[in-house]
Amino acid sequence: MASILFEGLGKNYGETEVIKNLSFSVNDGEFMVFVGPSGCGKSTVLRMIAGLETISAGQLSIGDRVVNDVHPKDRDIAMVFQSYALYPHMNVYDNIAFGLKIRKLPEDDIRQRVKAAAELLGLDQLLERKPKALSGGQRQRVALGRAIVRNPSVFLFDEPLSNLDAELRVQMRAEISKLQRRLNTTTVYVTHDQVEAMTMGHRIAVMRPISGHNPLDTNLMQCGTPMDLYDRPDNIFVAHFIGTPNMNILPAMLSDDGTSIHLFDGQMPVSDEFRQAALAMRGRKVMLGIRPEHIGAAHEVDWPLTQTVQGKVEMLEPLGHEAILHFKVADHILVGRLHSHGRLPAIGDTVSMQLKCDAMHLFDPVTEQRLR
Amino acid sequence: MADMKTNRHILLHAVLVCFTVLALYPVFWVLALSFSGQQSVGLIDLPNDPSFFERFRAILPVPAHWSVSNFTEVWTEQSFGRWLWNSVIISLMTTVLGVFLACTAAYAFSRFRFPGRDTGMLMFLVSQMFPGTLMLIPLFIIIVKQLELGNTYIGLVIVYATTAIPFCVWMLKGYFDTIPYDIEESAIIDGASRLTIFWRIILPLAKPAIAITALFSFMTAWNEFILASVFMESEANYTAPVGLRFFVGGFSSQWGYFAAGSVIVSLPVVVLFLQLQKYLISGLTAGSVK
Repeated sequence: MASILFEGLGKNYGETEVIKNLSFSVNDGEFMVFVGPSGCGKSTVLRMIAGLETISAGQLSIGDRVVNDVHPKDRDIAMVFQSYALYPHMNVYDNIAFGLKIRKLPEDDIRQRVKAAAELLGLDQLLERKPKALSGGQRQRVALGRAIVRNPSVFLFDEPLSNLDAELRVQMRAEISKLQRRLNTTTVYVTHDQVEAMTMGHRIAVMRPISGHNPLDTNLMQCGTPMDLYDRPDNIFVAHFIGTPNMNILPAMLSDDGTSIHLFDGQMPVSDEFRQAALAMRGRKVMLGIRPEHIGAAHEVDWPLTQTVQGKVEMLEPLGHEAILHFKVADHILVGRLHSHGRLPAIGDTVSMQLKCDAMHLFDPVTEQRLR
Repeated sequence: MADMKTNRHILLHAVLVCFTVLALYPVFWVLALSFSGQQSVGLIDLPNDPSFFERFRAILPVPAHWSVSNFTEVWTEQSFGRWLWNSVIISLMTTVLGVFLACTAAYAFSRFRFPGRDTGMLMFLVSQMFPGTLMLIPLFIIIVKQLELGNTYIGLVIVYATTAIPFCVWMLKGYFDTIPYDIEESAIIDGASRLTIFWRIILPLAKPAIAITALFSFMTAWNEFILASVFMESEANYTAPVGLRFFVGGFSSQWGYFAAGSVIVSLPVVVLFLQLQKYLISGLTAGSVK
């Protein structure tokens, strides 16, 4: 068991900065998910924890030990790779036992531990098989077995489910979560899939590439519980990244007294949360975020405070229980939600939709930070 | 339609049979010669006025009398057994040394980044562009004059290994490159050292490529004639190919012994090929060059 502490962690390859100013912590026994688009450095950070990448700046501690210069094998970690990285010439038993054999544990002890891990993962009938004779899900389990058999203080997962088909992914997602809760081992899990992040993590760290457009001076955009990130995104990046379909982000204008927002042709009152901040920004441009589930048809929703917008239907995605509606207002495409069992509009129709006023998020257009 | 297809098949097979016969004819001739029990290169004595049938009979690779005397005599009355033994020792030593050095070098070229890496690989490639004979004199000076290893096993082994290594390194590096680095990183986290990874993960995975390079190293040494004939002065140290030449060189023309010796020399290679066949096939598909 161990916590992981990042203090001003940085990584560069030559002149290119990849990770900058990373400071946060993973608590003991916590399931932390790193999520972000490709190139955001999430895998690099994971590999730095594993010791597969050197640390260019700052300090990394596992437990109460600084591990910047500690060899991977002495960090008491186990890692599951995206490709599983099983040893193709060894059978399942030897794959799981390899780390223990290297560490020269007594033969009996090894057999016992491998057996326990195999039973836990439902691999006990497959111990004699070579990896190539296993299905994707079984290989994934062997990779898990190899990690848990050593009983490490930290688990590291590098996009472990991205090679599985959709159905298996959902199943393994649940299994990994269950396993982690049962073993109660500190876990860092890297994924680009925000659904995995939302469903699995105790907390999520949203990351972003340091190069290109990034108003903050670090890769870490926000770190918090899934619902924190969903309900109170710290910045436009997180707001846009978390949630499917993506949050609508629209330019809007605060009124001169700071109590209402001018959006398209209408006015909507500023919600309680932003009252103070809006006063300070009065008369200026802001970015308004609103989630698709807070844009609905008038006859389907029962919201106390709404604003009506009218637009032309661009696209409709019926999902069964609901339909996602893309419609164009002025030059902006808005995404809203309809009950799919009502009468659905056709493409090109003009629709009138309601925005739920108290569900808005306001951001500074320059710093992209949430107004507070 | 069906007839056309059959006709084309017959034609195709006729052509293939022709070429197969062409390719195998010399081999059959050597086999026939070795079992003929005589020393002349012709199998039949033609009369002064041969008939068509006699002429045709003369070109068939079938000896007039069957006999294994060539084999027994090569083995007992000549020092061929001794030469074969020399070849076996030298070839095996070349294989072990060549494969070991090629594996370690190829692993370094594949996995480590160091100054001179690209140049090194290029130099290996360039060295393959010159025919071996061109290096005869420099090699002679280095091995015989400087190192005084002329007329020894080790001198020849060094020369053969160095000739075989460039190809082996390229071959093995190409194969090592296809082994995902993830596997090694996984082993690092499992606690394995570089050496453990090399011995217990990389080498077992590279078996097909190693089989090919081993075969190549072995054949380099086994078949080589010119260097061996220059370096090995005393008759007792001849390798099999040099010994074979002894039967038909200068004043002797013991073609029967020559043929029997050739058959014996080719046997180990045939056996090796059959043994390594399954590796060869997977090795060849895995990006082999030759």
